[in-house]
Amino acid sequence: MSLLRSREALLALAILVLIGVVAARFPAFVRPANLANVFNDTSPLIILAIGQMIVILTKCIDLSVAANLALCGMVAALMNGAGVPLALILPGVILLGAVLGAVNGVLVWKLGIPSIVVTLGTMTIFRGSIFLMTGGQWVNAHQMSDAFKALPRTVLLGLPVMSWMAIALIVLFTVVLTRTALGRSFYAVGDNPHAAVYAGINVGRTQFAAFVISGALAGLAGYLWVARYAVAYVDIAGGFELDVVAACVIGGIAIAGGAGTVTGAVLGALFLGVIKNALPVVGISPFWQMAISGAAIVLAVTFNATQSRASGRIILKSAEAR
Amino acid sequence: MNPVLSLRGISKSFPGVKALSEVQLDLYAGQVTALIGENGAGKSTIVKVLTGVYQPDAGHITMGGAEVQFPTAQAASAAGVTAIHQETVLFDEMTVAENIWLGHAPRTRFGLIDRRAMREGAVRLLEGIGASLNPDLRLRDLGIASKHLVAIARALSIDARVVIMDEPTAALSHKEIHELYELVEKLKAQGKAILFISHKFDEIFRIADRYTVFRDGQFVGEGAMEDVTEGDLVQMMVGRSVDQIFPQRARNIGPPVLTVSGYSHPTEFADIGFTLHRGEILGFYGLVGAGRSEVMQALFGITKPSKGATRIDDQVRVIRSTSEAIAAGIVYVPEDRGKQGAVKGLPIFQNVTLPSLPRTSRAGFLRLAEEFRLAREYTQRLDLRAASLDQDVGLLSGGNQQKVVIAKWLATKPRVIILDEPTKGIDIGSKAAVHEFMAELAAEGLAVMMVSSEIPEVLGMSDRVIVMREGRIVDEVTGERMTPEVLVRAAAGLAVAA
Repeated sequence: MSLLRSREALLALAILVLIGVVAARFPAFVRPANLANVFNDTSPLIILAIGQMIVILTKCIDLSVAANLALCGMVAALMNGAGVPLALILPGVILLGAVLGAVNGVLVWKLGIPSIVVTLGTMTIFRGSIFLMTGGQWVNAHQMSDAFKALPRTVLLGLPVMSWMAIALIVLFTVVLTRTALGRSFYAVGDNPHAAVYAGINVGRTQFAAFVISGALAGLAGYLWVARYAVAYVDIAGGFELDVVAACVIGGIAIAGGAGTVTGAVLGALFLGVIKNALPVVGISPFWQMAISGAAIVLAVTFNATQSRASGRIILKSAEAR
Repeated sequence: MNPVLSLRGISKSFPGVKALSEVQLDLYAGQVTALIGENGAGKSTIVKVLTGVYQPDAGHITMGGAEVQFPTAQAASAAGVTAIHQETVLFDEMTVAENIWLGHAPRTRFGLIDRRAMREGAVRLLEGIGASLNPDLRLRDLGIASKHLVAIARALSIDARVVIMDEPTAALSHKEIHELYELVEKLKAQGKAILFISHKFDEIFRIADRYTVFRDGQFVGEGAMEDVTEGDLVQMMVGRSVDQIFPQRARNIGPPVLTVSGYSHPTEFADIGFTLHRGEILGFYGLVGAGRSEVMQALFGITKPSKGATRIDDQVRVIRSTSEAIAAGIVYVPEDRGKQGAVKGLPIFQNVTLPSLPRTSRAGFLRLAEEFRLAREYTQRLDLRAASLDQDVGLLSGGNQQKVVIAKWLATKPRVIILDEPTKGIDIGSKAAVHEFMAELAAEGLAVMMVSSEIPEVLGMSDRVIVMREGRIVDEVTGERMTPEVLVRAAAGLAVAA
């Protein structure tokens, strides 16, 4: 556990160094208002990364998150257009997202299909459904009510509601993962599914739960995304699932399952968020952004690999006590 | 006649275990030598030494009079030693021809793989052993017997002089076994030296020309099959000095806890019936693959039996999942700690409480203090050596990991505990601690079932021993009949000695 913690500390340090380097040339970047802005901008990524991290913990992967987000966002926009009050839209899209996640979960649990195949399929189905629902039409800002668009931007105690939601979810899922029986079973299932069976844990049902959580979070993020950018169409958040997986990998979530923390996923997301917001300020082309994100992923994976190699068979008695 | 391959003074140690101690083995051209011994006698270790997987600590290997060394598997195979394993080590997604030629495929003039020569060669080799398999079939479409044929053809393709067959009939049907015997005769006729490892006396006497017996990593004897009887071999296999000391315990057997009757599974076992009492240690002995673990896994809700009833305290209880078994007070400490027991990435205390989470949590929330209390209580009872309960289990030694797994199950406060090969692969000191602890559990009134393939352990610890063979109970041994000979004979399907 101490290794994990130091890995997260290292990542936090990398983020601080990054911010420091940018601040050296553009002091305005570190003004609290701007940092709050960066955090707010990264909030959807953080929310999705938390869900993805739980799925990855159980040895699965959810490639359908961005498509789920787009579908739920479109449904939110359409509900709004039909005059449904926001107090119903919000729980509605979270529920819809959870149901879409449950579809993934059932296919993985009951049919035993590898999750990468299942979610690759549902990803396309979800995007296709948006097209079927709208005929490819956009829902634009002027077709959305003011209240619908205002919620994520409403500032409470110096931060927009969207940021507060991300913070609340970070706290909530930290508690779920460290302090609940369900959270513990996510780790056990991913680390050693055989042993989990023997301990009375239903592996498939636990993976199902992970997909439902990931889906529900994607549903919420769908509303936030559409309301914030005030536009909904088939291709919103296209390819965003890869950013989400990248955030998890950079955050030290073991792709083979069983290891990782909410803090790690959040830091991974923030790392990508800072790069995305800082590089244009420094005047570096967006292609460099991609190269830097890519390098960060490779570095993170290399780092994880070397760390897990260090602990192999402990043969020496003296090493055992460490 | 000079042996084709000869081993002298071969020793091999692993941390805490001396697997082989100055053993010898001779293999002759055109003869089948049977290697006989109990589990733990060192048979698989010697196979690994012969195939270059392990390096011996001491000793010499000579082939045709010249000393050789097998630093790698390739070196052994280049020298003409090849092994056909219990689970054939081949590639399911490749074709028959590709499997036969993998690593030494015939080449064309341009250095590319010559697919035609490969197929023709495969057909030729297969015909040589009387098999007509289509060389383009994928291996996963073949039965185990055909896979053996492919493995043997592969052995012939590298022009092997020594063929090792490690329990080749363990997974075969009767008809397939006969075909294998014919094949062995063909290989003999071709002058191959064959090392045949088997637990089955009938087949040893049917096809072997010579025997070599190992016991506890030591060479016991060798000779021609015509000079020995089954009784002689059993005597050599088990005639050990009992050097392990088992805890003395008062036999204090209470009322029945678990009654199993007519318990059957479509493919693994049939008509299993026994009664387990409070305070009793019931041993299950048999050869590997006799169905002992399968029965235990069904009792624990991992697999589903097709027929039969289980009663706990005279109440019929149907167990459909592992969580129901745990709730009914049955726990299972699996054989394969690494795979089925410990969750290595989680700290000790979380491993201990994993099956007890319903009890240590309140409204779905974990109570860490309660978890630590439970973990401390049971790890202390087992004398676990660890820096802290926060330490990851993967960093512990094998013996200590075993203790964590046992502590995990005890913390559920079970009534019936199933221990599957509880001391396999752990050092002598930890073994004694596990035995001591089993005695304590029984003394406290737990009902213990122990699956073990080690005869001293079965005899030293059990109040009663059930012997299984080929998925059925063949004997129940108590009192004076509890001797190594009785167990070995029953497990091997031999008549009871007069």
